[in-house]
Order: sequence, then structure tokens, then C-alpha cells
Amino acid sequence: MSIKVDPTCRYTETHEWVRVEGDVAWAGITDYAQQQLSDIVYVELPEVGASFGQKEVFAVVESVKAASDCYMPIGGEILETNGALEDAPELVNQDPYGKGWFIKFRPTDLGELDALMDPAAYEKFAQEALEKGGH
Amino acid sequence: MTYVLNTERERREMLRRIGVEKVEDLFQDVPAEHRFPDLELPPPVSEVEILQELRFLSEQNADLDHYLCFLGAGAYRHYIPSVVDHILSRSEFYTAYTPYQPEISQGTLQAIFEYQTMICELTGMEVSNASHYDGATAMAEAVIMALNVARLKRKKVVLAPSIHPEYREVVRTYTQGMNLTIVGDEDPRGDLAALKGLVDGETACLIVQVPDFFGRIPSLAVLRELADAVHGAGGLFVVSVDPISLGLLTPPGEYGADIVTGEGQALGAPLNFGGPYLGFFACREEYVRRMAGRLVGQTVDAEGRRGFVLTLSTREQHIRREKATSNICTNQGLVALGAAVYLATLGKHGLRRVAELCYHRAHYAAQRIAALPGYSLLDDQPFFKEFVVRCPRPAREINEDLLDLGIIGGFEVGNVCPGLDDCLMFCVTEVNSRDEIDELVEALEEVGS
Repeated sequence: MSIKVDPTCRYTETHEWVRVEGDVAWAGITDYAQQQLSDIVYVELPEVGASFGQKEVFAVVESVKAASDCYMPIGGEILETNGALEDAPELVNQDPYGKGWFIKFRPTDLGELDALMDPAAYEKFAQEALEKGGH
Repeated sequence: MTYVLNTERERREMLRRIGVEKVEDLFQDVPAEHRFPDLELPPPVSEVEILQELRFLSEQNADLDHYLCFLGAGAYRHYIPSVVDHILSRSEFYTAYTPYQPEISQGTLQAIFEYQTMICELTGMEVSNASHYDGATAMAEAVIMALNVARLKRKKVVLAPSIHPEYREVVRTYTQGMNLTIVGDEDPRGDLAALKGLVDGETACLIVQVPDFFGRIPSLAVLRELADAVHGAGGLFVVSVDPISLGLLTPPGEYGADIVTGEGQALGAPLNFGGPYLGFFACREEYVRRMAGRLVGQTVDAEGRRGFVLTLSTREQHIRREKATSNICTNQGLVALGAAVYLATLGKHGLRRVAELCYHRAHYAAQRIAALPGYSLLDDQPFFKEFVVRCPRPAREINEDLLDLGIIGGFEVGNVCPGLDDCLMFCVTEVNSRDEIDELVEALEEVGS
């Protein structure tokens, strides 16, 4: 099984991605994360207007196997959540970097991106995790 | 049949493996003087003798076969069609637990699905779970759900003072340690409309009981105002109902309820000396993800045939675990099944007829008692099947005298409302005939002076 990585994103060790465009950013979970979780049945999204620091829990994703917390890749204030996931949580499985996005937010400090992995580093990280049997 | 099937040889092998000589050695942590106490039991008697003894003991009870009963206050006697017990006793159904495996439990799952459907129709809600322990715990679960709908950011709960006092206690027990502010019920005879003033942006929910603990039916206008007030503040409106009353009264869904809970014992379960009872719980669909307990859903199997499964059962135990909003997974499967059979047997018109009979008989009783010298009704509001009577003597003494006359009297209101020691709350349902009511009235007249 191969892991897809989006070249426009940066990545956390807890398998979230973030994509920054100007002064806004999008975040979701990675292809590796959705593969590990298998069929996603529900995503509990934060309220618009709420603020979270880097590594704070901002969402819970529930699959037929487990419920997992999702951690903010970088801190920020929630501008919008992906309402489409309410009726179609499977979008996360089908298109984790696109239609399966979780939140649009305004980052507080883009310097926090430095702590994240670039696509090449994450691909290696996720591949190793997969070879170790996933986690 | 021996429950643990092992032989003497296997037992010896197990003891040898764990390094003890005999089974008694396993109890050495129990202090010696308590280890194998002499139970001082009377000598054994025959089955005939023990049945005689137990019958003698049971006949000391003031049971409902030999006494008239006008006691309610949360536990109600209604006629139970014999088909209810007949179906409950079938071995296919006779388990109190929710079945996990749809492959072998289609009958029970379908029955729970039908129960949920009927609870939704009765309450005017969109989804119902497969039930909770009783009316009090169902209300406490509603509070926890409302807190979670508000993402635990609201810490205030407004309780109507006229909610069953035990329910209010259970709500406090369930939520202790959550740092909630629970207000509104300081004076059990306080005004319902005044609750509006307590609702604010911190309020997770406002709860009322309809008919209230004292049997009174609040006006629809007041209920709608309360619903609007709590919705305006961003909280939920929770209503606890007597399901039988919904044969006559407007379903809470029509006056703004977001969650409807209640005690379902009246639907086909006997008084049972206090349990097992049945908590029903229904809500609007948008909150279903925060609902505790189980939910049976209808689906199709691989060949496209209709079937039933536990739709949200996995949330607490298998999937969400510590992230679940409630860890209550059990339900009252058998009592819920009884409620489904009861409702299906009565049908829409039958339930309405039962409610009408309760209403008319209770009003006949209230009218006659109020006409007795020294007795008067405490409230002048509309009521359903219960009403509070001010008595010419302390309520406890009246009840004792009634018991001597073979009548279980009303609920002594002074037990929950200081200052109302001369008040009895009577409950009259369709099982109390006109003759029984006349007998009560006569007795009250006799013991009143």
C-alpha cells in the first residue's frame, strides 16, 4: 500500500497536514491517517471562532475501528469547517488533502511551521511507520 | 447442573499449579474470625413448609390485590393487558439485555426499533434511544447531553421546581464533580414562569416536567415562553413527561422541546416494588451524535432484505471509549419491549381512552373530596391524574387511618415540601373504579374529623 503525500502541505508527527495560502490555512488528516483508521463515519469539528494553540486537540475523527483526536499543526482561529463531512465523512477517505479537509483557519504564528515536516520528510516518516505495522 | 464443570482431578491440578494445598487456602486474606463463620441457620425444612412460611410473610404486605390504592408520585398503576406478559415471557425475548448480534436477534431488534418509533410518535421527537434505567436517570442523561451539545462551555442547568424531587436529586448525583450551577428548584412550590429570568448565556438547558410532580398541567403559553427563552440564550429545552398523559396532551416536540425524557413504567410494567422501571429518551435528530445509550436502526442485508442492527451501539464501548459523552450502554430491554407491546396493543385510540379515563376519574375524585368538610384542593390549575388535597388533619394520620380501612392513601406532600404536612396528593387512574373512589371519599369523610 502506498501513501499519498501532497507537495503543497507540511506535516505533523501525529499525521495532520496544513496548507498555508497567504494569511489563511487549511488542515486535515493525511492519507496515512485515513488508511490506518479505515472507514471514517464521523468527524467532530470545532466551532467557528474558536482558537487553538499548536498541538491542541481541535477535532475528533471516528471510524469503524477507533476514535482519534486531531491536533492543530499550527495554532490559529477557526474561520470555517467542512460542512460536507457531516453527510459524507467518507470524503476524508476518498480525498484527504482535498474535499476531505477539516478546517480553514487564521494562523497566529507562521513561525510554528518550522517544527513541521516537509513532504519528503513526512513521506519517509509515514512509510517507516507503515513498515513498523502502523500505529 | 454444576455451574463450574471441573473434576476433582482438574481441581487438584489447578491448586498444584498455583501452589496451594486446598481451596480454603485461597481465603487466607480474610481475617480468620470472619473466614468461615457459623451461619446458625435454622434446621432445613421441606418445600411445603418453606412455601407456607414465605406465603405467610408475603401476606403481611399491603398488596394491591387486597387494598385500594391512590398513591402515585412517579410510579403508576395502569391496567396491563395480559398479552404484554405473555409476549415478555416468551423465551425468544426473555433477556433484559440488548442483543449485540443482528444475525441471531432480529426479533428483539425489531421490537426495540418499534419501541423507539412509538416513543418518537408519542413525544414528537425525531430519534429515541433503546431506553435508560428509569425516568430519573434519563433526565440526568439529558443534562449531560445538553452540556456536551454546548461543548462543556456552559455550566448552568435550570430545573423547574415542580420536577419530581428524586429526579432532581439524581441529576445532582450524576453531575457531581462537574462544577455545575443548578438553579431554579429552591422552592418546590415556586412559579414556573419565573424560570425565564434564570436563563442566560451560561445555561446549557432548562428542564420542566409535564404534568408536573403535583399533577398540574402548565399552560402551553408558559411552556412555549420557556422554550423561547432558553433557545434565545442558545440552550436546550428538556421536557420530562408522563407517557400516558400524551394520549391527551400536546407532544412536547410541538412546544419546543429538544429532548424529551420520562418514566415509562406506566406503559405496561407493574409497580414491581420500585423496579425495574424504564427511562425513555428522545431528541431532535441534530443531537443524535451526543445521545447516550443504544439506538436500533433499520437497514438492508446483503440481499436487500429489511433488517435491524444496533446503529450507534459501538460508540461508547468499542470506538469512543473515554471520548464518549456517557458510558451508559445498558438499557431496559425487556421493560422497553413491554412498553412496545403495551402501546401496540392499545393503539392510538386506546391510549387516548386510557388518558381520558384517568383524567375524568381523577377529576371526579377531586371534585367529591373537595366537597367534603375540611378538605380543599391546594391548586386551581388544570391537572391530569394527580391532585393535592389539603386535609383537616396531618396527612400522616389520615393515611394511617385510611390504611386501617384497607386503603393506601395519597403521597404525603410534607415529605418534600416543608409546611405542607396537611397535604395529600392522590393519584387516580383508569383502574380506580367509581365505586373505589366513592369508598375513598367516604373513608376520608370518616377519618377527617
